[in-house]
Amino acid sequence: MRDKGSDFLIFDQASGTYRENPEQMVRDDVEKHYWLHVGRTILKDWRLYVMLLPTLLVFLFWRYLPMYELLGAFKVSDQVKPVADQYFAGFSYFKTLLVGGGASAGMSAEFWRALRNTFLLSFYGLCFGFPMPIILALFFNEIRSNIARSVYQVLTYLPKFMSTVVMTSLVMMLVKQGSLTSGAGIVSQFLARLGLISQETANAGLLNNPDFFRGIYQISGIWETAGYDSIVFFAAIIAISPTSYEAAQIDGAGKMAQMRYVVLPSILSTIVIMLIMRIGSLLNIGYEKVLLLYNTNTYVTADVVSTFAQRYGLAGAQKGIASAAEMMNNVVGMLLVIGANTVARKASNVSLY
Amino acid sequence: MKRKLEVSELIFKIVSYTLLTVFALGCLYPFLYAVSASISGRHAVDYGEVVLFPKDIQFDAFRRMFNDNMFWNSYSNTLFLTVYGTLWALGVAILGAYALSKKRLLFRKVFNFYLVFTMWFSAGIVPQYLNYLATKNVFNSVGIMDDKWLVVIAMGMAAMNIILLRNAFENVPSEIEEAAIVDGATEFGVLSKVFIPMSKSTIATVALFFAISRWNGYFWARQMISNAHEHPLQVFIRLTLEDFTNSETMAGWNESYASDSVIYALIVCSIVPILIIYPFIQKYFAKGTNAGGVKE
Repeated sequence: MRDKGSDFLIFDQASGTYRENPEQMVRDDVEKHYWLHVGRTILKDWRLYVMLLPTLLVFLFWRYLPMYELLGAFKVSDQVKPVADQYFAGFSYFKTLLVGGGASAGMSAEFWRALRNTFLLSFYGLCFGFPMPIILALFFNEIRSNIARSVYQVLTYLPKFMSTVVMTSLVMMLVKQGSLTSGAGIVSQFLARLGLISQETANAGLLNNPDFFRGIYQISGIWETAGYDSIVFFAAIIAISPTSYEAAQIDGAGKMAQMRYVVLPSILSTIVIMLIMRIGSLLNIGYEKVLLLYNTNTYVTADVVSTFAQRYGLAGAQKGIASAAEMMNNVVGMLLVIGANTVARKASNVSLY
Repeated sequence: MKRKLEVSELIFKIVSYTLLTVFALGCLYPFLYAVSASISGRHAVDYGEVVLFPKDIQFDAFRRMFNDNMFWNSYSNTLFLTVYGTLWALGVAILGAYALSKKRLLFRKVFNFYLVFTMWFSAGIVPQYLNYLATKNVFNSVGIMDDKWLVVIAMGMAAMNIILLRNAFENVPSEIEEAAIVDGATEFGVLSKVFIPMSKSTIATVALFFAISRWNGYFWARQMISNAHEHPLQVFIRLTLEDFTNSETMAGWNESYASDSVIYALIVCSIVPILIIYPFIQKYFAKGTNAGGVKE
């Protein structure tokens, strides 16, 4: 004899018969009048939804409505007409950018160059910028005196508090070009004195030279963020129990062996997560810094997709091309972010969102 | 019992102290140089004689800056944008995060996705610009002529900050909330008397993120604010730099101090206020990075 019944019928012990499950009746009712129940629930809790409303509206107006303007990537650009009234252009802009050909060959080459630069700037950041905070955190850990460590930390965090404008202004001044009445920037002069660059190169201004743009971009990036980014790794290192070190020492581990077998395994998960996230944002490069640092002389190595779009869409008037270029970049970027987040979630159960 | 330092340990210590010192001094040097160059004489700055310490000290570059009305104007504009922008963004974010932290909220997953999607995909510069132009027209048609207000309301909302707040609110024990409801608190009362006091440090961190992004905001402020008198400090710095590094306009420079000194003075002026409040905000900054990873 069944005593559990089903979703629909419950066995009543007292009377020895089956009767209808009241919970299921409620569920049936909800299913039948779904939107009525939704309405009632919202009305009952209306304050909650009113609180949510400003957030929804802000995101609607300034995050989602711009996506509607993306339609411009498929329409013939027009300075006057709103995007809805413009003539349909199909995928012609995408084709121009990707394949080029004919009159637009130059623009296609420029787009591919921008895409390549976007990737390379991020990739070099991954190679050189990413390990720096980890190394810094390892060094911080070596300093036993709290006061000394705080001093070092404060000094290295400091550049993070500058705005991009101030940071780039400083960089521009430090490597500025010389003229008849003034010498080159102090850092250029220093490098020339060391013999790393020639005096002529220094005088021409390092930021006017495409060979130096990537280097300056990465070094200023390390200067700006390495100290601040080390916080998360340092937090992982100080979470290691002292007994782990003691056990390793008793087993005869020297400093390097402790690094290898105690510290590294403990912070490995943090490193992996940060690395995956970094890979995910390979194409989401901060355009402001590039925009502030580059000039016509350095487009070859400096121009990224966002600045390409800015130049054609805002400074120029080719809004359709610009929208299409950035849309491609951002769609691929989105796939990378989602992929990275999925991998991170699988790998360690940690998700950024 | 004090263990003797092993050789490998000693070497590692020396290496780390040396490299750290080099790196820390490298981080600090540009600032020291900026200060020195801003108060050094013209010849010393122009010909690279200032290396670390100021030479032929003058304060005329600073005097010029302080006598410039546009400088003070831009400073007050930045303060305006920072204060109102942070208040607006924080207010919206707290209300939204509170609603999203409630399990009983219908379509909670949909709303969450609605926010998170903006972190994955952004429309890009040009569509955003067109959108701002459109909203600007709407603002003008209802009589708000100040572009500043548009920047305050439209800019700087970040989904990440709302999610940080939401997570903090979710960690508030539900027993306390229930107790407050039993005591007759309304929804808003629960938020202001229970949730906000209990997640003070996260709110401070998020407020700091908002404030920093407002203080540092440059690109959109420059694009959207057409009136030069409404430009914030960052735009003013950049415009001055562009002006002063243009060799044609600078050909007739005839002051007792170098034109570079003015820019360095401007840079120093924009960093000093942050240095003053830095000791007070540092702990919230350090907290923020750790809040990024969320266990689910």
